[in-house]
Amino acid sequence: MIYRETGQFKTSYAADQAVLRLREDRIGLAVILLLAYVAIPLLASEYWLSTIMLPFLIYALAALGLNILTGYAGQLSLGTGGFMATGAFAAYKLATAFPGLDFVVVLILSGAITAAVGVLFGLPSLRIKGFYLAVATLAAQFFLLWLYNKIPWFTNYSASGVISAPTRTALGIPVTGFEASVTAKYLFVLIVVTLLSLAAKNMTRLEVGRSWMAIRDMDIAAEIIGIRPLTAKLTAFAVSSFYCGIAGALWAFSHTGAVEALAFDIGVSFRVLFMIIIGGLGTILGNYLGAAFIVLLPIFLNNALLGLGMQEAVAMASHLEAMIMGALIVFFLIVEPHGLARLWQIGKEKLRKWPFPY
Amino acid sequence: MMDRRTGLALMAGVVAAGLVARAAPAQENVQFIPSLVYRTGPYGPNGEPFANGVADYYNLINERDGGINGIRIVFEECDTQYNNDKGVECYERLKNKGPTGAAVFSPLSTGITYALIERATADRIPIFSMGYGRSDAAYGRVFPYIFNPPANYWSQATSIIKYVAEQEGGLDKLKGKKIALVYHDSAYGKEPIPTLQKLEGMYGFKLSLHPVAHPGLEQKATWLKIGRRVRPDWVLMWGWGVMNSTAIKEAAAVGFPMERFIGNWWSGSENDVKPAGDAAIGYKSANFHGAGADWPVHKDILEYVYDKGLGAGKRERVGEVLYNRGVTNAMIVVEAIRKAQEIHGVKPLTGEQIRDGFENLDLTEARLKELGMEGFMLPLKLSCADHEGGGPVYIQQWDGQKWNKISDWYHPMRDVVWPMIEESALKYAKEKGITPRECPQG
Repeated sequence: MIYRETGQFKTSYAADQAVLRLREDRIGLAVILLLAYVAIPLLASEYWLSTIMLPFLIYALAALGLNILTGYAGQLSLGTGGFMATGAFAAYKLATAFPGLDFVVVLILSGAITAAVGVLFGLPSLRIKGFYLAVATLAAQFFLLWLYNKIPWFTNYSASGVISAPTRTALGIPVTGFEASVTAKYLFVLIVVTLLSLAAKNMTRLEVGRSWMAIRDMDIAAEIIGIRPLTAKLTAFAVSSFYCGIAGALWAFSHTGAVEALAFDIGVSFRVLFMIIIGGLGTILGNYLGAAFIVLLPIFLNNALLGLGMQEAVAMASHLEAMIMGALIVFFLIVEPHGLARLWQIGKEKLRKWPFPY
Repeated sequence: MMDRRTGLALMAGVVAAGLVARAAPAQENVQFIPSLVYRTGPYGPNGEPFANGVADYYNLINERDGGINGIRIVFEECDTQYNNDKGVECYERLKNKGPTGAAVFSPLSTGITYALIERATADRIPIFSMGYGRSDAAYGRVFPYIFNPPANYWSQATSIIKYVAEQEGGLDKLKGKKIALVYHDSAYGKEPIPTLQKLEGMYGFKLSLHPVAHPGLEQKATWLKIGRRVRPDWVLMWGWGVMNSTAIKEAAAVGFPMERFIGNWWSGSENDVKPAGDAAIGYKSANFHGAGADWPVHKDILEYVYDKGLGAGKRERVGEVLYNRGVTNAMIVVEAIRKAQEIHGVKPLTGEQIRDGFENLDLTEARLKELGMEGFMLPLKLSCADHEGGGPVYIQQWDGQKWNKISDWYHPMRDVVWPMIEESALKYAKEKGITPRECPQG
């Protein structure tokens, strides 16, 4: 009774093709956006904004990038960390070489550079599939990190190989570096993530998105109905890397402020992969749920364990955190192999019939 | 269906518990010192003795002296697992605790130090990265809140080269000698390279670089290259954790003499040599404080902390190298707070006030003796311009049972290092748009 389409008539094609066709969905999203844009910046403490919301949003963006490639186009990739590093180092080189450049331009350019790199490493996907492709992208991960670690030019000849993000402005407001307020950083990242999520949602509904899904479901059939695997696969790699590159640049500039190439090691690639698997492959919502699960849950667990009187046993709390986290991952994969997004979908269907069982 | 509901309830419970603000006991007249530690994660075995040393020393001050001039220390640990993201989270979690906020952070990780430099400067909380972190942060005019005494990686590299030169018969005898650097391929391991290259140019030895990828379990190729092809006269090592013991084993396997293998001070603890067994006998490393539990301060720790059942670790591990390093870290923090109390009054102080304590820190021989640490380390004096102190280093050698001090103290070549620090710090200031502040001492 709560979630039903009865009485909501579409009188135009535009209404019928809208992203959110149900009034309830529109209200729900408006509430979430209102919370994210107004309530959180006003109410949340600095700790919340800088160590919970920022990493959550940036990881969600990286997950979105990988989900386009793996969830929608079916190309398994373990190179996310390498692509994020590419974005971070490209943004650093651009921001230091052209100090006057607006940070939005820096972000877009670094995304574009990462997209080019992604296409390059996506070329093998035309010949190899599945686990073999995963290995090929793994090579990208190791090669890219090695490159940024090895060539001092990428770090402007810093002795330690650490890049430190300078303060840069977007439309005149400082959004990176130590001069920017946490709220400004948060809102900037939020705007970027909102826009890119909207773009991703629409892309998956367009021809390009449908060609990705066709390739994912059966590449030979897709080829027969006239989809070019070359374009479909390489656009997926390009768009995915673009998103990952921007996520990496935001990680370095808006979140930590100083990174070395090692900050984007293979662990990051796996984390993002876990996010999309747990959140839900081939969904947009799943990226947020997965990122929340992987990024936020350990922090909550740790705080909760310490809050329950474990201050004296910090090591024990850390071990317990890892154990509970692992158990929860296994648990969720058993009860809902299609991810948390699927849980929400089931919930919606139940709400539609509620209070009747069918 | 049932288990799904239980799962959701479990998750909701966990989230709710996490959301509830952790009720801290309301204490007003105390000094809060956060402690970023890693008792778990890839370097947990090294983080643990260090964290225990820190905890025991703070407890000693509370139990024996009733705090710092009567202001009791309250400290809280946060486990970073040597992970930069977790370190930043811990920093944000702890920075506003206690009546006056966090006194000082010691991140115990070069990576976390880098991530915190700007945050802490903006929050006006000192970072005390004792012998690690960003080397050019020694330049206090550009880094007002970062301290890395007693010596940074660059100074340490020059001290070790001085030792090598002495073994060879003088700095002029270094010409033509081959020195290899085996380093952890990260921000930490790369730090000494520019210094060693500069010294290479000055003294004409030949430097070869051998990066080892984290975590450092695979070094066969590296050591085959060193043992068969490069055949250096000396090998220096900037390693950490399991990389160290692996390197010692591999060095022994290719027959490289341990007497010519010198680790830095993060490559010279019991954890590094014991797993290598007899192969490690003769291995050397740098150090800036004493090893063993023979100082009066250890007697006090055992009496006031362990005898009361307050010890953080095992009694028999008191006096290990990394334990003593934790004690040193805590001691310098306490002395800096004491100094800050002289300036700002005996009360809980803010990070900004404690910064003044660090800048005026003057650990004299007499003071070290009062602390029960005579000969444990050499005097240390910091200033507004000099946040490092250029402390001396000695070389210790493992005999299979314990570390023995085998050399004198070597002061770093400040004339070489300081211009490099200045140049690098000013470059950073320019990149960041910082105007270096004026310091009274110049």
